[in-house]
Amino acid sequence: MYRLAKTGKLMIDILPDKCDFCGCCVGVCPEDAIELKEAEIFIIDPRCTNCAKCVWSCPIEVIKFNREGVLAK
Amino acid sequence: MKNEYDVIVVGAGPAGSMAARFAAEQGVSVLMLEKDRDVGYPVRCGEAISKAGVEEFISSDDKWIAAKISKFSFNAPDGTEVILDFGEAGYVLERRIFDYELARTAANQGAEIITRAYVNGLMFDNGNVSGVKYEFQGEQKEVKAKVVIAADGVESRVGRWAGLETHIDFRDMESAVQITAANIPVDQKTLYFYFGKDVAPNGYFWIFPKGQNNANIGLGVSGIIGKKKSAQSFLNDFMNKNYPNAPVLTTVAGGVPCAITLQKISAPGILVVGDAARQVNPLSGGGIASGMIGGSIAGRIAAESVKMKKPDHILTYDKAWADRLGKRHEIFNRIKEGIYNFSDEKFNNIAHSINKVPYGKRTLGRVFTAALFNQPSLLIDVAKVFV
Ligand SMILES: Cc1cc2nc3c(=O)[nH]c(=O)nc-3n(C[C@H](O)[C@H](O)[C@H](O)COP(=O)(O)OP(=O)(O)OC[C@H]3O[C@@H](n4cnc5c(N)ncnc54)[C@H](O)[C@@H]3O)c2cc1C
Ligand code: SF4
Ligand code: SF4
Repeated sequence: MYRLAKTGKLMIDILPDKCDFCGCCVGVCPEDAIELKEAEIFIIDPRCTNCAKCVWSCPIEVIKFNREGVLAK
Repeated sequence: MKNEYDVIVVGAGPAGSMAARFAAEQGVSVLMLEKDRDVGYPVRCGEAISKAGVEEFISSDDKWIAAKISKFSFNAPDGTEVILDFGEAGYVLERRIFDYELARTAANQGAEIITRAYVNGLMFDNGNVSGVKYEFQGEQKEVKAKVVIAADGVESRVGRWAGLETHIDFRDMESAVQITAANIPVDQKTLYFYFGKDVAPNGYFWIFPKGQNNANIGLGVSGIIGKKKSAQSFLNDFMNKNYPNAPVLTTVAGGVPCAITLQKISAPGILVVGDAARQVNPLSGGGIASGMIGGSIAGRIAAESVKMKKPDHILTYDKAWADRLGKRHEIFNRIKEGIYNFSDEKFNNIAHSINKVPYGKRTLGRVFTAALFNQPSLLIDVAKVFV
């Protein structure tokens, strides 16, 4: 089972264990598709368009672009 | 804790605290909500600020000054160093104490503050923002306000929920990482900047002293660069080369929005301030002082509108900000775009030519004039902001 984005399969994966919760990705996301609490982060799947801007902006490579799609756990 | 306030501020950074203080100072009721446990921590900042930028709002106090700065050192890719002397120009702050003190100045004026309160939505009344929804200790709550001030930093989601276009082009977002390291033997009165494609293409690398041989060491690069190499790898390369065994006391990531202010920073019932409004100086990436200025203007105007019972009065904030700093930031942004793509060779040539100017006569104006000498329209901009 793949997770579903607005544009088909979700292809963006955030690795929460590596995240610093800095908000850089949230600021560049055109769809407001990233939820960021004090120490919790996740993608709001149905809003994401797989544009990858968050991937390029993350200073510490915590968000990965996965062309196969992200598997739901 | 009431269930309705005149003004609610979301985010307790420098911009939020000044908004809360300048509103509360006029006798209106103010609540400031912060999602983190602590005001002022984690510190995602190089912490450099001019003395004038601080003293407009709070008198200098050694308890939050880590280093007193009088010089800039610009370092070209070939190793040429250009030193500029400014006299008593600025500070490297201890922001975990500074931000806390700023919030206290708001509290002293009567503002209420709650930490660990995560704002996750807005309330609306006839299309006007009329309060916020937030999560506190696992419970979902609501609180009404006549004016909401969004000071939620680089994320800037609160303004979006009100329909403002707050997201920033990833090319204008400087993705940053910084460590605070010990045993860094740099001059404690100098801010060091490094340029070039190896250290921080389309951005810069910094070493800012923090007292006792500690220093903030970091860099920012545009998302364009991040496509190929992350800020973190640039930092690793620099540290491995220059200070391979330096003890690391703190590591943070962050984003610095380096663009002109948002097209609109007010809407019925809401004002946006600080990083959330993109009020950072786009050339330097400094946003503490300008955020405090934006916050203070918004706080004042919000309180005035409550007292006059004229909700529309808050819409004068856009112009008040533009006149105070917004237009100036447009100039800084043009200069930034003029030097954004300089090659290493160009940086080297500028450094060589500035070093021919006698030490006492070097100014930022001269540096940028040398940098942009073949772009006459930008020279006018340089003259406007640096002379
Ligand atoms: C690595 C780095 C280095 C920098 N170096 C410098 C420098 O040397 N000098 C300088 O002047 N500037 C520097 N800046 C920029 C400076 O840090 C910012 O411009 C400044 O902190 C902006 O203040 P602010 O109040 O707008 O936002 P912030 O200080 O970011 O505060 C926003 C607050 O809002 C809170 N918040 C966010 N969302 C919510 C929510 N939904 N609910 C409740 N609370 C929320 C956050 O937790 C945060 O506390 C740097 C930035 C970075 C990333
Ligand atoms: S891929 Fe684009 S839309 Fe999806 S979360 Fe990242 S920035 Fe937002
Ligand atoms: S930019 Fe990277 S480190 Fe920062 S919050 Fe997003 S995923 Fe986490």
